Amino acid sequence: MLEETGIEAAQEAHGGEDPGSIVTEALHHLQDSNSLEFFGYHIDLPHLNLMGYDISITKHVVMMWVSALLLIAIFSLLARKRVLAPKGTFVNFFETFVVFLRDEMVYKIMGEETGRRWLPFFLTQFFFILFCNLLGLIPFGATSTGNLAVTASLALITLVLIQVGGMIEQGFFTYWKHLVPSGIPLWLYPIMVPIELMGQLTKPFALTIRLFANMTAGHIVMLSLFSLIFIFKGYGTSVAYIVSGPIVFFALFINLLEILVALIQAYIFTFLSTIFIGAALHAEH
Amino acid sequence: MDLTFFGAGIGAAFAVIGAGYGISRLSSSALEGIARQPEAAGDLRATMIIAAALIEGVTFFALVICLLIALKLQ
Repeated sequence: MLEETGIEAAQEAHGGEDPGSIVTEALHHLQDSNSLEFFGYHIDLPHLNLMGYDISITKHVVMMWVSALLLIAIFSLLARKRVLAPKGTFVNFFETFVVFLRDEMVYKIMGEETGRRWLPFFLTQFFFILFCNLLGLIPFGATSTGNLAVTASLALITLVLIQVGGMIEQGFFTYWKHLVPSGIPLWLYPIMVPIELMGQLTKPFALTIRLFANMTAGHIVMLSLFSLIFIFKGYGTSVAYIVSGPIVFFALFINLLEILVALIQAYIFTFLSTIFIGAALHAEH
Repeated sequence: MDLTFFGAGIGAAFAVIGAGYGISRLSSSALEGIARQPEAAGDLRATMIIAAALIEGVTFFALVICLLIALKLQ
């Protein structure tokens, strides 16, 4: 009953504006939904069902398709010119990223021969995550990497590649023998083996949560700031107008910070994937 | 009045304290290193950003747990 009087008092203070509806409206932008909305048009996406599992096309799925199409379009355009020193802003812009990833990340960690084989995968992963992150920052876009299922799938791909790559490169039994460090006494094995197995699972889990939380947290901060304007509306419309100026500036700053975070998180995900896969490929010390 | 909300808030506060302390120590060492050897600035800057992103990743674990608590209660 204390809660009820509290909520009623809050509603009166807010001039009848229900705080719950503001939260619902804000959460709408964070969660996945079964419809696309832009410029007043509302497109309902199909619900699909496969043996009881819901595989309907949602907003995040469409955003992943857009990211994939962008990848295909941009990079097939870029790969067309094969000159040593290309001219033009578009080509040089992407060449900066690709050369940085190739020389400073993949080749440094994995060496040149193995790096050359794995480079396409890491480049694809980096640019896919980057485009997905950036698509969330444009109007009417949604962050697909702000969905736990999407980041879990990306981390699962990395996990599978770690295990399969390690097993192919080192041989099936050698790989699992190298799970625990060599030269430890036999009585430590019952402790070390579960710890090492858990270690193999926590690394992709950390990748998942890191990317998901970084992407969602930025949006939560911006949505909280904008919802603040609507909460102030309950105290009078002029108050809301006055307070919206600084809030919009602050939200702009947070938006720029989010662009930086999008770049950094895409790089961190790919960097850690490279390290894990590189460690699995040649773990002989 | 549910004290669990209080717990979620305190949890988030401690997570931020930990992250702030860790990243401040990291950036102070990085700045010292750059001041001593300006040629190594590029390497130090890259390492600093990577380590800061990893520390923030751990912070976000705690933040996600606190958010789950707060949203489950509503």
